[in-house]
Amino acid sequence: MPMTRIDCDIHPAVGGTRTTLLPYLDDHWKEQVVSRAIDGLDLNSYPPAMPLSGRPDWRPESGKPGSDLSMVQRGTFDQLGASHAICNVLYGAQAVYDPYMASAFCKAINDWIAAEWLSRDSRLRASIVIPLQAPELAVEEIERRAGDPRFVSILVLAQGEMLLGRRHYWPVLKAAEKQRLPLAIHAGSAYRFAPSSIGWPSHRYEYYFVEAQAFQAQLLSLIYEGVFGKFPELKVVLMESGVSWLPAFMWRANKTWRGVRVEVPWVEREPAAIIRDHVRVTMQPFDAPDDATSVEDIIDQIGSDKMFLFASDYPHWQFDGDDPIPPHLPSAIVDKMCAENPLETFPRLKLAA
Amino acid sequence: MSEVLDRPLNQQDSSARTRLRIIDCDIHPSLHSRADLNPFLAKRWQDHMKTYGDHLRTPYMGTTPYPRSSPLIARRDAWPPTGGPPGSDLAFMRKQHLDPLDVEFGLLQVLDLFIFSQQNLEFGAAIQRAVNEWQLAHWCSREPRLKAAILVGQDDTVAAVEEIERCAKLGQYVQINICPRANEPLGRRRYWPIYECAQALDLPLGVHVGGYGGHAPTGGGWPSYYCEEHQSNAHTMASQLASLVIEGIPERFPKLKIVFIEGGFGWIASAMWRMDQHFARFRSEVPHLKRKPSEYVREHFWFTTQPIDEPDEARHLRQLIEWVGVDRLLFSSDYPHWDFDDPRFAFKTALSDEERRKIFNANARALYKL
Repeated sequence: MPMTRIDCDIHPAVGGTRTTLLPYLDDHWKEQVVSRAIDGLDLNSYPPAMPLSGRPDWRPESGKPGSDLSMVQRGTFDQLGASHAICNVLYGAQAVYDPYMASAFCKAINDWIAAEWLSRDSRLRASIVIPLQAPELAVEEIERRAGDPRFVSILVLAQGEMLLGRRHYWPVLKAAEKQRLPLAIHAGSAYRFAPSSIGWPSHRYEYYFVEAQAFQAQLLSLIYEGVFGKFPELKVVLMESGVSWLPAFMWRANKTWRGVRVEVPWVEREPAAIIRDHVRVTMQPFDAPDDATSVEDIIDQIGSDKMFLFASDYPHWQFDGDDPIPPHLPSAIVDKMCAENPLETFPRLKLAA
Repeated sequence: MSEVLDRPLNQQDSSARTRLRIIDCDIHPSLHSRADLNPFLAKRWQDHMKTYGDHLRTPYMGTTPYPRSSPLIARRDAWPPTGGPPGSDLAFMRKQHLDPLDVEFGLLQVLDLFIFSQQNLEFGAAIQRAVNEWQLAHWCSREPRLKAAILVGQDDTVAAVEEIERCAKLGQYVQINICPRANEPLGRRRYWPIYECAQALDLPLGVHVGGYGGHAPTGGGWPSYYCEEHQSNAHTMASQLASLVIEGIPERFPKLKIVFIEGGFGWIASAMWRMDQHFARFRSEVPHLKRKPSEYVREHFWFTTQPIDEPDEARHLRQLIEWVGVDRLLFSSDYPHWDFDDPRFAFKTALSDEERRKIFNANARALYKL
């Protein structure tokens, strides 16, 4: 039995709506996707051929990176040494405008991952993909899947239709808290608005860069809307957000809160303290400099050993070689991020299953 | 607030270091009223202002989309006894700010009239020109310590270049200011003529936070609260840093100097790391970049210090300063706004005399040739 090492962010790929998902759609949507040729919903955030979207040695001969179960198993477990892994499916269901279509595709994705991945490898877990476009349908989907303990979190995009703390989403957050499902916010955009306040950038490189800020905006929204006061057991996991922005972000949030907290009297603690209690972050990418001292400084500045979660982001090309752990991390952090922190963050992740 | 104001001063603040005269790179002068601009505005635009007002991409005629924390975002003690808004009275500015803090030079940053965000570009250009003239007439000519920027809206690029060239001939302005929130990211090709012009004139390009470009203030959408919008200023600046660097502006305009104003500097280190971290993966998309992004930042960009970060541990601020580099920092107070940084107390960590000299004076002196 290898030691417990939980990879909190891997990405099985959906081949297509008319292929992979077809058996999991009801008759209406089967007919719709075929007759209207509704397909190709790979998120614009991750063009399959782009280097970031698939490390060269993790690309199958045909199909998208992450589409071949046996290849994912070899990469995640044999090569990268995970004992368990959480599947986060990034396919366009969250970006669909039609809420009923979104709901049907989310259901299909969840049923597909359960049948064709979770049932074939007991080391795998998954996040529930939900149609946030219609919160009541999202709650339905959470409740529908909550009985299956192999689903350990809820997956949403960092750039969806609205900031996640807003009251509109509280029924979803309430259901997440009730079912002990952390809200996993993953990089990716529904393209509802420009990726930052400056407008639409030219390059994907810029787009990827500014995604880190979308995560920051989501944290501010969740904090200042009072979500963690309203749902005190809720945990939020930032996935593929980058990590090294956290210290300066926390300082600035504390300073701003001290100055203008009268606007949000229900936020009674410093934002950084709320973040340390309620927010977790996957460790690929880390976005740190090369030297060990700076890495130690960043960890020291964040001021928590509970926040960090081991992740490879497989098959995304975040690192070379066989070790997903960013260089120079203090050993105490490495020990905790692989097993203890994930088990605390995802309470449904019972390893005996 | 009292928690901040009552914080005990560091040991160093009681020493004689305040003898160092400071260059304050962000002071906000204000119109007493809009009529102040009439001498510099054609009748047509005076009438336009009265009849049609500010046409912005925001919901209200009379205030900002996110009501701010104080009237005119000002310090409560900054309202001049003579009436008029904070920053409108030179004598009071001298008495409250320039003299007691021993300001050797102060760089004016005019934000009145949402000067960069007017949807009617012709009206925008008219008030930019008027404000540029007003700065010299009402401030610089009366107070030689104060230095003006040429304000131009970049979305009418042709008019912007004309105005820059007109003003530059006067020899009084020390930088060219454009807006971080306009139609498109600053690195986009449509704005390059402005950079070419700035480089040719050897005037730094200033980018002060603010403006309304019509895009949501965050990458996650529209927030509910001012405290969210306020912090998004830092995101705006980080996005612009990435746009300018990744579009290759320093590569294309190698002598251009760019100053980010009122973005603070906490976010810069991680922005450089993130750009560098993913450079290899995206390199084939941006073959015009010849060097690592951080190298461009460390040579072509400067950052004003306010609002300075206040980590609980002094050593954390120290680490941050070392990551960003003392040579990149320009002290700014943001007078008379509520989140003003007092040069005597703002840096809650030890600085050597040399570092202090650079941040509070020498860096700006060299950059702006003061």
